[in-house]
Amino acid sequence: MKINLNVDVRHLSRVEGHGNIKIKVENGEIKEARWDTVETPRFFEVMLKNKHYSTAGLLAARICGICSISHCLCSIRATENAFKVVVPETAAKLRLLAKHGETFQSHILHVLFLAAPDFFNEPSVIPLIEKKPDIAAIAIRLKGVGNRLCDTVAGRTTHPVAFQVGGVTMVPEKNSLLGLRDELKRSLDDLQTVVDLFSTFTIPDFIRETEFVSLKGEKEYPYIGGSLISSDGVEHKEQDYQPMTNEYVDKNNTSKWSKLSRESYAVGALARFNNNVQLLHPKASEVATSLGLKSVCHNPFMNNVAQLVECFHVVHEAIRLIDELVESGPGETMAKVTPKAGEGVGAVEAPRGILFHHYKYDKTGRILMANCVVPTTQNNANIHQDIKSLVKKFAMTKEMTDEKLELLSSMLVRSYDPCISCSVH
Amino acid sequence: MKYLGIEPKKPKIAIFDFTSCEGCELQLVNKEETLADFLNAVTIVRFREASSSYSDDYDIALIEGAVSRNDEVKRLEKIRKTAKILIAMGSCACYGGVNQLKNEFDLKSMNREVYGNDPKETINVRRIKDIVPVDIEIPGCPVSKAEIESLICHVVWDSPFQIPVYPVCVECKQRFTTCLFEKGQMCLGPITRAGCNAPCPAGGSGCWGCRGPSVEANYPSFFSIVKEKGFSDIELRERLNFFGAFQEVNIS
Repeated sequence: MKINLNVDVRHLSRVEGHGNIKIKVENGEIKEARWDTVETPRFFEVMLKNKHYSTAGLLAARICGICSISHCLCSIRATENAFKVVVPETAAKLRLLAKHGETFQSHILHVLFLAAPDFFNEPSVIPLIEKKPDIAAIAIRLKGVGNRLCDTVAGRTTHPVAFQVGGVTMVPEKNSLLGLRDELKRSLDDLQTVVDLFSTFTIPDFIRETEFVSLKGEKEYPYIGGSLISSDGVEHKEQDYQPMTNEYVDKNNTSKWSKLSRESYAVGALARFNNNVQLLHPKASEVATSLGLKSVCHNPFMNNVAQLVECFHVVHEAIRLIDELVESGPGETMAKVTPKAGEGVGAVEAPRGILFHHYKYDKTGRILMANCVVPTTQNNANIHQDIKSLVKKFAMTKEMTDEKLELLSSMLVRSYDPCISCSVH
Repeated sequence: MKYLGIEPKKPKIAIFDFTSCEGCELQLVNKEETLADFLNAVTIVRFREASSSYSDDYDIALIEGAVSRNDEVKRLEKIRKTAKILIAMGSCACYGGVNQLKNEFDLKSMNREVYGNDPKETINVRRIKDIVPVDIEIPGCPVSKAEIESLICHVVWDSPFQIPVYPVCVECKQRFTTCLFEKGQMCLGPITRAGCNAPCPAGGSGCWGCRGPSVEANYPSFFSIVKEKGFSDIELRERLNFFGAFQEVNIS
């Protein structure tokens, strides 16, 4: 059987950052099947050096334009762990509320603006404004709710302003919180419409057994801090992240690669779901069941569905947090911070997966060493392995064309919601 | 559809990303109450972060990010040849942004530190205007969508485009935000160009000058206040250098 296929995507669209897909099949033999990140490195770990602790979170936020709240919170947590600062309860709740806002807006952006156009056979969400006005309106409305939640609690959605080492510098007014609560409640109907829409989509039937890494929830579905777990049974404490991530440099990629028990592993909504399914809000679990998502799921295309499931979870959790904050009233929001020599690690579940910041401080509170391990950095090797497996499974038929394979492999990469400039940092 | 006798133009816009976090591009799909109108007012022919369709036929190029590799220089020169109007969008494009903090370090040892024995290509960070002529600059980290919209009105209706000349302090007064100096924090608000609606001071954090100098900023007076309030030269210099927006200002 003489199958010849050629896919050469330079700078894949509808993802954050710059990455390439290259597939070459000659006479039925796979010559090449690659995913490579070619983003320009910014050297954040070097730029963080010698920075004062009060600046680190501000700088770290700039690693990513989509998940800046996660980077800022992770950076601040690393510093707080180094200085042994305990954040007041109200501040911790406000941070988590902002975190839920970010997860919501980021997942909506990905699921509806970046991934959904493939299922409608459209190049972007723009033609949908005319062709599917109801869906486009829902996408825009939901994105707005997520953004307003972030703006209200973090001061700004992209590059937050209300977080400092020790706590938060701003407390939203009760009426703003109650207004958001109404909006969140109303958004559940819109989300249900999205679920109905997703149940009509055909998700490619692609399985590749994968190791999934995430935070391990104790009492709650995890977002900020805690111990680490892999679906292959590896567990470590937060500060012992390095035996979990095992970063190394690949000659074709400006992003580093990671591995654990196998040649690569995956992080993100699907990993969180697979490792913490029992802690999901019951309403989110119902949605998972209705869309056929079951733990442990090894189909990377189902990450889109896992993100949608998490949207339900964070909306319900955000409503609960708002109720608690309104009930308790404004309490203490800033702990006393005394810099000291030492080191600290922060682990946070960013929308695209587990994120680590690790800093070593001198006694004046300036950074001596910084290391950041970013979700997509951990996913890149796994995407690369998936592409190879995808070509083996789907490409070796006469029906496959270059165009179909380009779409399928692009959809595979997109399902990871990669944040490439973030992964290179 | 004419409005007041003027036929609106529907310009073809292309959006390009260089060394950055792509957060400024993301602002383009924010401000949901006017998003559909915004997308109708222009023809977006290239927006890789949001669309798979692309064309090399465009009037306006919106550039996000700074330049930090040689292939970016070539890409930028090619865009300049096509674009009738080239707009630098965000602090990275206008000033180098936080990326230019790397210019304080030695490129070789920096590379070794991050990539070990497998160094990646990189050059010192440069602003867009260091490489090609820029027609309009919209600063901010990130840019404000409202300002992008006023720019769109400018290219669609020929209405004048002007970003504020006054400092951020004016917007703090409009929002009844307590001065950060009164709270014991440093703030570059008095010398930084407004237009962001001062979200940082309102959120309890002093301004870091991402929008660059306001027109006729009174530096000597500002520096003496900073000193009087007990902040060191190092603190001041770090803040002025953070986004690279005050490179032309001599502190001493």
